[in-house]
Amino acid sequence: MGIHIENISKSYKDVNALKNISFDVKPNELFGLIGPDGAGKTTLFRILTTLLIANEGKASVAGMDVLLDYKEIRKHVGYMPGRFSLYQDLTVEENLKFFATIFGTTIEENYDLIKEIYVQIEPFKDRRAGKLSGGMKQKLALCCALIHKPKVLFLDEPTTGVDPVSRKEFWEMLKRLQEKNITILVSTPYMDEAALCDRIALIQDGKILQIDTPEAIVNQYPKTIYNVSANNMYQVIKSLKAYSHQHSVYPFGEFVHYTDTREDFNTLDLNHYLEAQNLTNITIEKTQATIEDSFMELAK
Amino acid sequence: MKITNVIEANGLTKMFGDFTAVNAITFEVKKGEIFGFLGANGAGKTTAIKMLIGISIPTSGAAKVAGYDVFTQAEDIKKNIGYMSQKFALYDDLTVKENITFFGGIYGLSKSRIKEKTKELLEDLGLEDVASQLVGSLPLGWKQKLSFSVALIHDPKIVFLDEPTGGVDPITRRQFWEMIYRASSQGTTIFVTTHYMDEAEYCDRVSIMVNGKIEALDTPKKLKEQFHADNMNDVFLKLARG
Repeated sequence: MGIHIENISKSYKDVNALKNISFDVKPNELFGLIGPDGAGKTTLFRILTTLLIANEGKASVAGMDVLLDYKEIRKHVGYMPGRFSLYQDLTVEENLKFFATIFGTTIEENYDLIKEIYVQIEPFKDRRAGKLSGGMKQKLALCCALIHKPKVLFLDEPTTGVDPVSRKEFWEMLKRLQEKNITILVSTPYMDEAALCDRIALIQDGKILQIDTPEAIVNQYPKTIYNVSANNMYQVIKSLKAYSHQHSVYPFGEFVHYTDTREDFNTLDLNHYLEAQNLTNITIEKTQATIEDSFMELAK
Repeated sequence: MKITNVIEANGLTKMFGDFTAVNAITFEVKKGEIFGFLGANGAGKTTAIKMLIGISIPTSGAAKVAGYDVFTQAEDIKKNIGYMSQKFALYDDLTVKENITFFGGIYGLSKSRIKEKTKELLEDLGLEDVASQLVGSLPLGWKQKLSFSVALIHDPKIVFLDEPTGGVDPITRRQFWEMIYRASSQGTTIFVTTHYMDEAEYCDRVSIMVNGKIEALDTPKKLKEQFHADNMNDVFLKLARG
């Protein structure tokens, strides 16, 4: 009862938003769609939630076809769109009641499912949704998407613009929802969140770059990555980019991730080269690939 | 060589009625420094920045930005800083060239200087071919690089970047950081806010606000040591969660 996506394409005029996308989300899986703005994430969500019709291909959600069974799908999915989806001028409680009523249920009937999240915003239940902080809006939107006990939950960039504390709490909530037999498809532009999913699809320009577990994707990174640093970061980047054997040079916080084209790469050579560029305090150490490294290598 | 401070804040405070949004923050930012200004939603970051860029008068304390006093010289501050946020940066319904001309004009550049700057900027960003296209039609990454350059059009001493790279693909994001490093190496001070802690790792120094106060301020490396954390995200969680 997961999600099945087969050769889905969608274009808007001359923009191909999705180009022949296929993948499956297993029942009860927490699956991440990872990619930047404009990758096609929202288009895919809208096709799966029956709000948009694909030009080609087919898809099913919880065993129901997105074209033939669209009315039925709408009863069984929860959708939290990227932009704030609540009624700003209704209170917290009114929003929740509204969504419960629309789906022919009551807050009481499925309270168990949202209890843990709702108690955190309950002290503000008489506050208008428009007046809530980012973290609280996000929690309310999640409650509203869950109130009818959906089989599949679609979360489109739920953590964009939210601070790290609220983000962490949000991901902890998703893990617990998963234990309640809900299949979750979540999208994010933030690569560090990929590690929290069971499996991920990396997506860019309407194409899937890779699908696997986060660990497997990182393990398949084809090269050895070195953390390079020295006294002047901008000089390090410029020098490495000018080095004839460089394969990739990407700033990563206090280091630069460097890969070399040679099989028999020796860090001493690089050290000498950087010294000759008048850099000091040079360090070159092996490091682990991250999802971001994999994404950039695949997107290159 | 004398190191000059581009921001000096001393006991800077802002109250709204009984509520103290910013509680006596004291810090300085050096010339050419990349300074990360972090904090949870509601910690007081936005209020603090509004005071620093001259659009909100502090309740008490003192601060100088680019050499000007936040109480008495707010207009001078506005002329001498750059500002870029993801929410507002460029006009989508003006072309690339029109945006450059518009912002150059706002900051009082002469016609000949605007012409010079336009040429330099388009070349630098490789945007010559799309100079007459509407900004709204450009990919997000291009827009962001362009708006950063536009924020620097009047050669300000300091540029404030509010969540500059949200949603951008990782390669473009790094090109953006290279532009920041370049500006910093040329002596421009960079003041960045972000919710994304991997971004904080790029900064020379980082401050973290909790409930209106600056609770930590140091290099990312030292903060990680101080809080026994592997990364800035853990530092943040330890501080903000208490």
